Amino acid sequence: MRPVSIHGGDSCHNACCLQVKGLSVTAENEPLLQDVDLHIHCGQIVAVIGPNGAGKSTLFRAILGQLPYTGEIRFERAGGKRTRPLVGYVPQSPAFDPGDPVSVLDLFAAAIGSWPVFLPVPKALRRRVLDCLERVHGGELIDKRVGMLSGGELQRVLLAMALEPLPHILILDEPMSGVDIEGERQLMDMLDEIRSTFDLSILLSTHDFATLGQYADKVVLLKKTILKVGTARQVLSSPEFQSVFHLTLGSDGEVQ
Amino acid sequence: MELWYSLVSLLPLDWARADAMFFMKNALLAILVISPLFGLMSTMVVSNRMSFFSDALGHSAFTGIAIGVLCGLAEPLWCAVVFSVALAVLFTLVRRHTRLASDTVIGVFSSTAVALGIFIATLDGGSFSKFNTYLIGDILSVSPGRIGLLAAILLAVIVLWLCSFNQLMLASVHPALADSRGIRVVWQEALFSCAVAVVVTVSMTWVGLLVINSLLVLPGAAARNVARNMRQYHLLCILFALVSGLCGLQLSYLLESSTGACITLCLAALFVLTSLLGRGRR
Repeated sequence: MRPVSIHGGDSCHNACCLQVKGLSVTAENEPLLQDVDLHIHCGQIVAVIGPNGAGKSTLFRAILGQLPYTGEIRFERAGGKRTRPLVGYVPQSPAFDPGDPVSVLDLFAAAIGSWPVFLPVPKALRRRVLDCLERVHGGELIDKRVGMLSGGELQRVLLAMALEPLPHILILDEPMSGVDIEGERQLMDMLDEIRSTFDLSILLSTHDFATLGQYADKVVLLKKTILKVGTARQVLSSPEFQSVFHLTLGSDGEVQ
Repeated sequence: MELWYSLVSLLPLDWARADAMFFMKNALLAILVISPLFGLMSTMVVSNRMSFFSDALGHSAFTGIAIGVLCGLAEPLWCAVVFSVALAVLFTLVRRHTRLASDTVIGVFSSTAVALGIFIATLDGGSFSKFNTYLIGDILSVSPGRIGLLAAILLAVIVLWLCSFNQLMLASVHPALADSRGIRVVWQEALFSCAVAVVVTVSMTWVGLLVINSLLVLPGAAARNVARNMRQYHLLCILFALVSGLCGLQLSYLLESSTGACITLCLAALFVLTSLLGRGRR
């Protein structure tokens, strides 16, 4: 586990980072997010927790640029150069119809390229998709139909898609939902591998508090605004966490 | 057309001999154009769950024809084309701006359109029987001009497919993923709906309103039973449509029955066959 650093200040000390300042999102006169400040360094895994409707997906969509917002979302490359960040996104998935004649290759090639996938796929494109899938150790999934994938396999395929082209920030919306324990462990190992290989920031939302401490460098408790930021232990033992979820967790994250 | 007629006369069929049965030769050409067109469109109609939508378009086309007849137009078909294209665009817009489920919206539009059509057709005690040809379809009504129009639409759909198929597929399979990749398919979907509207309306006069929708649904449904990816899906859709079209035409000639109905029955047989094959596979 990497040493955890939680900076409150403005400066990234010339390391690459994502800064969110005073972010607010309003829809139909209803505030969805208010005055959110967040600071994420490259190579960090940050978990956002909060009850349903707390604004987790709204925060992600604002960072993705899909929603109008007030405030500032800023990305600095190493050396202090500011650019628009390239964001990779793993959305929550609908249930696929098992009969859908869509293979992983179809979905992948349609997402990353312009070659129409109803025509025979050129060897080079298939090779490229295969290379992308190998990043998540999923090369053997290429000809499977998407409706036949398990929850964990589907998440890995979507993860591979989000990594092409290689983003600065990777966002995963509840990646553990519909994934069994074995799949979850694989997925977390993979994220750990990805952040150290590609040095990118990973932002994910989850309802699984028990495993937070094992992989998250930083945990953010969100309910319209940020109630608490810190290590998993700090957040889970905080009075804010207890009042939001009405439950007490032990230091290992188990419900007591 | 002369070239086509002389080509067909090489076929070993009794209606293929030179200087006779030109309507059958026109029909054969029409089927060669329209089958790939319906097959191609069928892939999207079935994947996008648009079968009720395309059915409703067929019904609204009938209303358009009734309006055209009421206005005393020599060729009410064009009135029907305009009417159903307008409805297709309206559906697409209303679907985006309503809280109702889309099948409810389509049901509302479709039943209103049919009621309006019957109302106009029977106004002043008029007889409905003059509209029967539209319900059953009449192979004699295929004219070379219409075939040309359908060929142009086939070309347009192929271009749409080449340019936007990936986006349309992503948006239908995984809307959130498409959204996150900045894919918007509003105008592509509207364009596709209009193409469906025109094709359904123009070919309705010889396939028949009652069975036209089956040509848009059955090839896709049958191909889904066995296809494992998009290439197989498209290939099988077009193949099924083509084989059924040719078999149906010949059957209808031999049995002197409606061509549209014969083609549909062939497709239905293929659907049953592929269902059985598909069960064994899973």
